[in-house]
Amino acid sequence: MTPGERAVVARIDIPPEQRGRLMEMGLLPGTPVELVRFAPLGDPVEIKLRNYHLSLRKLEAEKIFVR
Amino acid sequence: MKTFTVVLTGNPNCGKTTLFNALTGLRARVGNYAGVTVERKEGALTGADALHPVTILDLPGTYSLSPQSPDEQIARDILFQRVADVPAPDLVVIVADASNLQRNLYFATQVIELGHPTLLVLNMIDVARDQGHEIDTEALSKALGVPVIPMVASEGEGLDVLRQTLRGQAKTPGTRHVIPREFNELPEGFGREAQAIETALEGHFPHRSRLAAAEALLLLSDERALSTDGSTGGPRYPETLIQQVQSARQRLEAAGVDWRSAAIEARYARLFAIEQHVTRETAPPGELLSDRIDRVVTHRVWGLLIFVAVMALMFQSIFWLAQYPMDGIEAAVDALAQWVGSSMPPGDLNDLITRGAISGVGSVVIFLPQICLLFLFIGLLEDTGYMSRAAFLMDRLMSRVGLHGKSFIPMLSSFACAIPGIMATRTIETRQDRLATILVAPLMSCSARLPVYTVLIAACIPQRNGWPGLTLLMMYLLGIAGALGMAWIFKKTLLRGEPPMLILELPPYKRPMLGAVLRQMWDRSKLFLRRAGTVILGINILLWFLATYPRSSEVEEQFIQRRAQWKQSVSNPPTPAETETGLQLDHEEAGEKLRQSFAGRLGRAIEPTLKPLGFDWKIGIGIVTSFAAREVFVSTLSVVYNVGGDGENTASLAEVMKSERRADGRAMYTPLTGITLMVFYVFAMQCVSTVAVVRRETNSWKWPIFQTVYMTSLAWILAFLTYQIGTRLGF
Repeated sequence: MTPGERAVVARIDIPPEQRGRLMEMGLLPGTPVELVRFAPLGDPVEIKLRNYHLSLRKLEAEKIFVR
Repeated sequence: MKTFTVVLTGNPNCGKTTLFNALTGLRARVGNYAGVTVERKEGALTGADALHPVTILDLPGTYSLSPQSPDEQIARDILFQRVADVPAPDLVVIVADASNLQRNLYFATQVIELGHPTLLVLNMIDVARDQGHEIDTEALSKALGVPVIPMVASEGEGLDVLRQTLRGQAKTPGTRHVIPREFNELPEGFGREAQAIETALEGHFPHRSRLAAAEALLLLSDERALSTDGSTGGPRYPETLIQQVQSARQRLEAAGVDWRSAAIEARYARLFAIEQHVTRETAPPGELLSDRIDRVVTHRVWGLLIFVAVMALMFQSIFWLAQYPMDGIEAAVDALAQWVGSSMPPGDLNDLITRGAISGVGSVVIFLPQICLLFLFIGLLEDTGYMSRAAFLMDRLMSRVGLHGKSFIPMLSSFACAIPGIMATRTIETRQDRLATILVAPLMSCSARLPVYTVLIAACIPQRNGWPGLTLLMMYLLGIAGALGMAWIFKKTLLRGEPPMLILELPPYKRPMLGAVLRQMWDRSKLFLRRAGTVILGINILLWFLATYPRSSEVEEQFIQRRAQWKQSVSNPPTPAETETGLQLDHEEAGEKLRQSFAGRLGRAIEPTLKPLGFDWKIGIGIVTSFAAREVFVSTLSVVYNVGGDGENTASLAEVMKSERRADGRAMYTPLTGITLMVFYVFAMQCVSTVAVVRRETNSWKWPIFQTVYMTSLAWILAFLTYQIGTRLGF
């Protein structure tokens, strides 16, 4: 995805025992997300979902697949 | 008379603290929960009926009942009535951000299901309205089964309604409502398993039976809720129950149900439907002011420039602005000591009070301006929302050594003083990251090292070609490298754990509430004074004792005689040269007494360990007394070399040091000795105040002791290498 692009989460390939908090924050399969920007040093990334802004490292963001 | 206890809870950044301040005025009590460094804030509702007082407890911001940090754990445990010294809530007030409804309701509905008498404050409806979301609070109240009060806490809108409700409830407490489990349309099988666990829980813990339904759901779906190792708090569950939960999870897995996510997905599906039902969109979504600010503040170029400017301003203020009140405090403490000293008969008690107690307390109070300023800045950064942006910007750098973006500010603050730096680590959620930051923070060269560096550079380093400045810079860089390197090592070894996942909310910017920020600054500073102060005072008195005893009557007599001789020989009035001799006599006496004291003997005793570093026993005394605080090194050396006690005479001390010779006639303070000694001071843990604060912040003696041992060993090893390699190279 590139900054400004919107998509819908298809699946999250982070191990189930680590992704609990992410899902509790509302990032679930079927959730619409927007990639807002990358941090000035290239990592982490800022996304927008459910009308709020969240920041994740690229390492994790790359394991979230969208359609 | 029983106090009516209201518990205030909600997501971070939902305006909960603003509401708390508005309800309690500025008279809240701030402390800590027993055994953990989680801030406990409670206060009385202002304007409450004298016969029906209301106490409001502000829980730390929480995203869910499956805790990820000590803050969230305390919040969960209080809601589950597991905290011994917190009474069961008579009313739970959930604060939810109307502009971020779904995620706020995730936690809100979890709390509603606990079945306490509950009401929901829908805060920031103005922000939601500006974004074009009109929320029907009556429909929301119906959907949630609890009263909903719309509010704009920052403007005071809706506050009176809430106040009246609280007062009314205190007079005639509401009964708890029965919650149909309507926020979770659980998949086939999941509900049945949860029901069975609920029944078992009711049997095991009959006194908490009304929480059983919610607890069963958490036990089934929260990975760590079952753990009994105490790391997540929680009660110890009987073995049979653990077995039951585990086999239920296995059955669900076999049936293709993901027990970890089923409840989360079901809840969000329900919340999405509720939001659709209660919200009317009045405007198309547009770009918000906060988004526009972020385009500059997190910009590739401007963002970094702004960040550097903010940090420079903060650092400069802590370093320089604090200097003026610090000088004032120092002067006041000295004046007080002088006054007490002169109005009491001379003797050991006089000395203990003036040099032990007063200067001991002074050594704590002197840090107060720096601590206040740092907390003021941190408060402003947090309150405006910039703090999360700082973490967002710096995460890349900090993640290189395995830390979190939030570790940046504590480390930077430690340049001024490790104490506020360590206290600032409270914003870091992960225990491992927080500990790693605490362990390395004192390696950053604090302002107390500056006088040590200054005098050593003046005495040992050639005063030309910019060498002094370069040496100073090298020492600061060495500290940074040491801190980052050790953080990396700790995160690889001792504090290894799951690689921390960054889940950082970037809340909308808002105008800071200055009154609340100042208030918070003062509360935190007071906490430091009270708790750390007692330990530091005790240790200072101990060090005073070591530097004063034992007294040798021989030495005292010798100086009485010499002084008598001096008195006979002086002309009236004494010539400047004679006055000088008299002062010299005082310095010599102080020096001789220190050399005879326990501290002096300790200095000699550790000489063998210092020889490989090129130090003698005189430096040894300096190192021993430096364990009170590093800058004491300068005043101690002044006493040892008979220059006079106050640290002001850096220049004259440096002159004396330059002329100091070793037994074989070589100069004592060569550039190599100076650099070796500075390297030692970069790494050694020599600050009782820091030790006391680490003890307090980690709530154990294990970490401060470990920290002192590792830092001092590292200091010795690196000083050893510096001296030995330097000698081999012919310096």
